[in-house]
Amino acid sequence: MSDTLLDRKLDRRLLLAGGLAAAGGTIALASNAAGQASQGGAHSMPMGGSTMAATDGTSSSDASAHLVAHGNMITVGAVDDTRNGFDPVAILSDWDVGTVSKLPDGRTLRTFEVNAEDKEIEIAPGIFFPAWTYNGRVPGPALRAVEGEALRIIFRNYGSHPHSMHFHGIHAARMDGVPGAGLIQPGEEFVYEFDAKPFGCHLYHCHALPLKRHIHKGMYGAFVIDPDPARHPDQVAAARSRLLGTPENADWQELVMVMNAFDTNFDGANEVYAVNTVAHAYAKKPIQIVKSRPVRVYLINIVEFDPINSFHLHGNFFDYYNQGTTLTPTLKTVDLITQCQAERGILEFHFREHEPGLYMFHAHQSEFTELGWVGMFDVVEALS
Amino acid sequence: MSEFVPTPAEERTSTGARWAHLAWIAVPLAVLGLAVAWLISTDPLASFRNGAPPVERLTVERTILGADGIRLLVRAGGSEPMTIAQVQVDDAYWQFTQEPAGKIARGDTAWIALPYPWVLGETHTVRMVTNTGITFDHVIDVAVPTPTRDSISFISQAILGAFVGILPVAVGLMFYPALRGVGSSGMNFLLSLTVGLLAFLLVDAFAEALELAARAAAVFQGQTMVVLTALASFLILMAAGRRAGTPTGLALATFIALGIGLHNLGEGLAIGAAFASGAAGLGTFLVLGFTLHNITEGIGIAAPILSRRPPLWTFAALTLLAGGPAVLGLWIGSLAFAPQWSALALAIGAGAILQVIVEVVSMQMRQHGDGLRAVTAPSAMAGLAVGVAFMYVTAMLVKI
Repeated sequence: MSDTLLDRKLDRRLLLAGGLAAAGGTIALASNAAGQASQGGAHSMPMGGSTMAATDGTSSSDASAHLVAHGNMITVGAVDDTRNGFDPVAILSDWDVGTVSKLPDGRTLRTFEVNAEDKEIEIAPGIFFPAWTYNGRVPGPALRAVEGEALRIIFRNYGSHPHSMHFHGIHAARMDGVPGAGLIQPGEEFVYEFDAKPFGCHLYHCHALPLKRHIHKGMYGAFVIDPDPARHPDQVAAARSRLLGTPENADWQELVMVMNAFDTNFDGANEVYAVNTVAHAYAKKPIQIVKSRPVRVYLINIVEFDPINSFHLHGNFFDYYNQGTTLTPTLKTVDLITQCQAERGILEFHFREHEPGLYMFHAHQSEFTELGWVGMFDVVEALS
Repeated sequence: MSEFVPTPAEERTSTGARWAHLAWIAVPLAVLGLAVAWLISTDPLASFRNGAPPVERLTVERTILGADGIRLLVRAGGSEPMTIAQVQVDDAYWQFTQEPAGKIARGDTAWIALPYPWVLGETHTVRMVTNTGITFDHVIDVAVPTPTRDSISFISQAILGAFVGILPVAVGLMFYPALRGVGSSGMNFLLSLTVGLLAFLLVDAFAEALELAARAAAVFQGQTMVVLTALASFLILMAAGRRAGTPTGLALATFIALGIGLHNLGEGLAIGAAFASGAAGLGTFLVLGFTLHNITEGIGIAAPILSRRPPLWTFAALTLLAGGPAVLGLWIGSLAFAPQWSALALAIGAGAILQVIVEVVSMQMRQHGDGLRAVTAPSAMAGLAVGVAFMYVTAMLVKI
């Protein structure tokens, strides 16, 4: 008797208090989402001539296998590469080799043209960053030259702030790209001239002040100098395999990866981490790797605000050439290397004895990984 | 009506006057229209647009933790509609769904659902990243499942509410027979004691309302809302209370019970919300603190009816009126409602308490026929001091 009375009272109260909450609950449970832009735009995209291709996941494995590995821990939606004007897959191997001519003394002169410009880029699906760029892309063009060549870099500043190109290499003080030595105002032009040395995996970045702001706004890029085999008679084979254009080099699947990050709210800490700018780009579109051919990664860390970054490869080990200035590995058989800002190096590995499948790579700072710096190699028997 | 037959001339003038009257309404509206048209068509304020991105504001109003993860009710308050591009939980990008999808207009709300495996008793930070890269953090201090609307939690919340609200008022009212015999200065003491405790509640409710209002979305203009609501509540209750003359006796006791009840509603909301957010694991000590703290409320209600002999049921009714809202507040508050609603309830309560203070003091002044002297008499001063001090000291038991 008292039970039923209590029940009745509760029912009435439930009706009163529950009404509002029930409404909220129903709304929340109804599905269909904001960020759920479909992944439909992801298609196989050839890159770097015929050497490599991105996969949409359907080529070698189950349709969503590469996404299963990340669970729910991934950005929602897809970045509009067309709007950005650069494709993170293409950027892996679209070297800028400049234009080549002969100097009167017979030496090779290699000329690059680089423009600084302001550009808003989409660094993660739906997140737009007011970047300062070289040639409208972040990272800037991956410049590639050969040891001993004379280099001429024609730099024009179309941006809204003073900028420069400070190369990590051997050059005269007046070519250094610091204030007073090649730092130019908006609308001005400067030509950097120096010889390509030493060979290795290097970088360039803006050296205008304040340095932190100019770097994290996107002003950096790869600067690779291939060894000249004639100068390394003891290690001709190794040198030739590094020299772009040789048959030995053509067998390598070469990738340039610039580890970067973005502080979108300008609080001195990064909101988005990536290789080559776009968070989760290679997690959503794994990089196809042919099992039988070796892989060489030119890896550069330019992350601002965090003291260190790293690269970890799943299920495999690699040889590492710190700064790429040697033809024998500086670290043999490791699956993790760390780099401070502007540190860089070359990773060499292969999957010859592996079974095909998805092999993850990421920073082994879990925070960076979870904020976008993670990708996958899709190891296949042959390119699809 | 029938005596007045307008002549045609009068009719004309009155029609003319009406038109003139309408014109005087139309003129300012036309000026406003022209100003708006000019503003839109010629854009004279273009120089104010300095390339700065739009102002963005996002307030989380409800947090619900369940088996399916985390759900947040967010309210946008930007200068333009806002887009939530990505959501991080504890520094990791996480898949989310937004309902309704798309841009959130100024003042609108949306639910963000995250299938995140939250950890009981630990802290989580949800960071929403907008399309411009601005971030809004929401900290879940202690993750506990949000109470659901089942009968078991309803009953346990009702029991808690009874301990916090109903029991102390009932205990206080039980002093009624003992208090009946007090003399005139004893009465003066009791009334001042009531004023003292009400003054404490007024300050407490008002401060808490302002604090909650500060957490609400900017569009609500929380602090203005609190002040105006309290004022409106005070004036309405004053007007209502004095329709049949100055309230005395049972009527005054009822108003005191109502004011205390509204305060207890706000208190219940706060305790319920603290429960829902995991901020309070309510211990027995804390509950007893609340009980002790609220006992004076019953004495305050009893004071104006000491000279009457109301029927027994009125005591039960007064107890329910003053203490019952605590139960109601707990029920609503535990469902994690937005801060502005709790602030609103507390502001209404503050206004009601102010009204009661005014009426008790005026009763005090009337009763002794010597006006201000009664209020400044030693017994009154002592009552005031004891009332405030008792509330303050017992509040130390419950403030976290």
